[in-house]
Amino acid sequence: MITRFVCNGQPVEVETPPMTRLLDVLREELRLTGSKEGCGEGECGACTVRIDGVPVMSCLVPVAQVAGCNVQTIEGLAGALVHPVQAAMLEHGGAQCGICTPGLCMSAAALLEENPHPSVEQVRVALAGNLCRCTGYQKVIEAVSHALVDTGE
Amino acid sequence: MYGAPLTKLWNADPARPGRVCYPPPQMSIGSSPPRRDGLSKLTGRALYADDLRPHRCLYGATVRSARAHARIVSIERDPAFDWTGVTVATAADLPGPNVVTLMTDDQPILADGVVRHAEEPIALVAAPTRERALAAVRAVRVTYEDLPALLDPLEAEGSPVQIFGNDNVFKRIHLVHGEPSRVTGYLIRGRYRTGLQEQLYIEPQSMIAAPRPDGGVTVTGSMQCPYYVDRAVKRMLGHDRVNVVQSVTGGGFGGKEEYPSMLACHAVLLSRLTGLPVKITYRRDEDLRATTKRHPAVIDLSTLVSPQGELLELHARIWMDGGAYHTLSTVVLSRAVLHAGGPYRCPHVNILGTVVATNTPPNGAFRGFGAPQAQWAMERHLDRIARVLGMDPLAVRRANLYREGDVTATGQTLHDPGAFAVLDAAEAAAKAPFRRKTLRPGVTGASMKAGRGVALAWHGCGFTGNGEAKIRGKVGLEVHGNELLVLSSSTDIGQGTETIFPMIVGDTLGIAQDRVTVAQPDTGRVPDSGPTVASRTAMVVGGTCFKAATELRAKLEAKVGPGSFDEQLLRWRNLGLADPTHESTYEVDASVVWDPDTYQGDAYPTFGWSCVIVDLRVDEDTGEVLYDRVVTATDVGRALAPVLTSGQIEGGTLQALGWATAEEVVLGANGAMRNDRLTNYIIPTALDAPEMVTCLVEIPFAGGPFGAKGIGEIPMDAPAAAVAQAIEQAVGIVLDSLPMTPERVLAAMGAR
Ligand code: FES
Ligand code: FES
Repeated sequence: MITRFVCNGQPVEVETPPMTRLLDVLREELRLTGSKEGCGEGECGACTVRIDGVPVMSCLVPVAQVAGCNVQTIEGLAGALVHPVQAAMLEHGGAQCGICTPGLCMSAAALLEENPHPSVEQVRVALAGNLCRCTGYQKVIEAVSHALVDTGE
Repeated sequence: MYGAPLTKLWNADPARPGRVCYPPPQMSIGSSPPRRDGLSKLTGRALYADDLRPHRCLYGATVRSARAHARIVSIERDPAFDWTGVTVATAADLPGPNVVTLMTDDQPILADGVVRHAEEPIALVAAPTRERALAAVRAVRVTYEDLPALLDPLEAEGSPVQIFGNDNVFKRIHLVHGEPSRVTGYLIRGRYRTGLQEQLYIEPQSMIAAPRPDGGVTVTGSMQCPYYVDRAVKRMLGHDRVNVVQSVTGGGFGGKEEYPSMLACHAVLLSRLTGLPVKITYRRDEDLRATTKRHPAVIDLSTLVSPQGELLELHARIWMDGGAYHTLSTVVLSRAVLHAGGPYRCPHVNILGTVVATNTPPNGAFRGFGAPQAQWAMERHLDRIARVLGMDPLAVRRANLYREGDVTATGQTLHDPGAFAVLDAAEAAAKAPFRRKTLRPGVTGASMKAGRGVALAWHGCGFTGNGEAKIRGKVGLEVHGNELLVLSSSTDIGQGTETIFPMIVGDTLGIAQDRVTVAQPDTGRVPDSGPTVASRTAMVVGGTCFKAATELRAKLEAKVGPGSFDEQLLRWRNLGLADPTHESTYEVDASVVWDPDTYQGDAYPTFGWSCVIVDLRVDEDTGEVLYDRVVTATDVGRALAPVLTSGQIEGGTLQALGWATAEEVVLGANGAMRNDRLTNYIIPTALDAPEMVTCLVEIPFAGGPFGAKGIGEIPMDAPAAAVAQAIEQAVGIVLDSLPMTPERVLAAMGAR
């Protein structure tokens, strides 16, 4: 089956069985390996991408479901520049081993677009679907709380 | 304001301000530059093992035992399956000894005739796609003849089932120190237990083997210790045309210390049979069931204490379950024995530890390496003493904490112990008010009871005793034009090695740290710096970086005279000499004396110290524990890059909270993990995590670079006991077994 969608601003067309996971299409067909597989069952959030702006776990999404949609992966989060979330994560030490980081950034970016000044509790809720085993979340939360402040937005 | 960095530097001794020496501003040590690999990780460009796909790469998968202990009668291919393009390997295909090279030669690469634990690898398949490989695994039929299985570690020693030696004992360690007390006191006994814990790196195990043009093989993958893998693969192949490369690694926590050696042998075997690159990436459920865990422990403590709560005698009996193969169990037990007394003085100590074999998947390295189990028991025991004597738990601790000049159970005299410094720092920080976290929807506040708990720990930095003398870890430095390259086999698995080594080298040479880079660990290129374990990377290998830079300077100076590094380099080049290189070996402190037979002497070059104060609430309706705030104060020697240092501590602290109240490995009837998914093996989320206040106390260690001590593991030691004490204070229940899951909390409250 052929599926057409927009990925990071570029129209793409992939031919796969319809139930192929979006995560596999991104990683194997499009070679966008920034989205990671930590569990394959919707629990860890390492595979988080945005579909029409909404963060979703791409390991749970059959590719047929994104036909005609706008898919954004970590590779397309900021284009050539660096997204304020990425800059803040770098500054505050929010990434350690980094395997959870792309997914965390996608969830955080979605939160900040909706709510530029979230409370700490709102940050925690927004990131609750992204497991990180390295940081204890402290610096991730500091980074996301400061992302827009730091860049003067 | 919340969200501001909560890391604080704490002057360990205000009376002697010189002891905390902040670097002059032009130095990088003590500052926190962005981590070197930060941008590539944040933008998704960093390539982890499963992101790599060599040309014509095959996918490997593993046929595993369904039984705990059985003879393998036959391994057959289902004739109905289409086997075209699929390769199957069994032990018969191995080119060399069927042994995963580590400490003892008991673990086979593939089971040969007998399986000793469920999930043990029996055969391997390689196929052009992952789906085909998994289907082929299901089409391999293994028939077994069951043998009696030994699953209970407390029955191992006298069991008729023989797994290891004739008594199933991997190791017994007996440590005795000091004379029995002449005065009498209260005799207080208790039994304490800890459960299995999964490291749960978010990147599952992954390894690629690819043939080299010279007939050798390159192994690339997720790992902590490239030279472990190197040695294991070379031995299996019987030749040296092997190099091992660490790809960006998504967490390890000990789980990628020894296990990758076996995985690499599997990938290399399949690559050898097919002549093509082969990648094996575990699925999460397979990773959970098959890979090593933290050793569970049963610890009996019996102490004689004075009416003032001072320890007079400590008798400890430690049992640990090593699983079916030895892996690193001896060393884990050793660390448990050496930390069993906690950071407390005691004139007479008698500790007997045993680690035994059972027909369960092997346990192995996990952050803390036996010390968290032992110190959980000791901290809970101090709470018991407090209960019996009617004392405040903290007063009991104060009465016994190590002081300057005290002698440990191994006869080591302590200099600058940081126990009181971390306690003071944590208490001061815990005075600050904090916000109770909002409750989750559906949880009413009515049934929440608040409590606070305090616990302390120490942790020996680096290898035990003369371990470094055996390793003789090396670091190389190469000058390339204006830049320097550090060659080391220490791996950055998230801690920030790539970032701090250049800081150490740059500051030592007096040049900007960003002119220095760390080479990707590749055993074909970098020297063996020893494994990335035991909180030794910053302190020992960082120390070797310091030494290499100092010696490089001396080499230049001898030839071209004094001056700045750049001036010397210029003069060096003007002499027409090739760019200088230098390799250094870690110098073992000759004053460290250790007797591995009596377990007496200097157990560790130095110790780190920590104090943890937990504020939590217990939901009396559900038994759930809600963490509000955790204050930690940790003696780090010197915070090389405070953001990285505190990041390690915060991550380790949450991992310890998970061990305390959330993470439970449930074994099935065959001894393998039954809750093999992230839906039922629960690790803390951002909602579960407390606000963390991280105080870095700096009591410099003369043997570490710029005073740094190892800090990777100590955050795992104290939190669980602080949680138990806080729960006790909140709802009046005494829990002496980990994990303290909601069900257990509820049950204990029901029994009040
Ligand atoms: S891989 Fe998709 S949620 Fe874990
Ligand atoms: S940084 Fe390692 S899992 Fe988050």
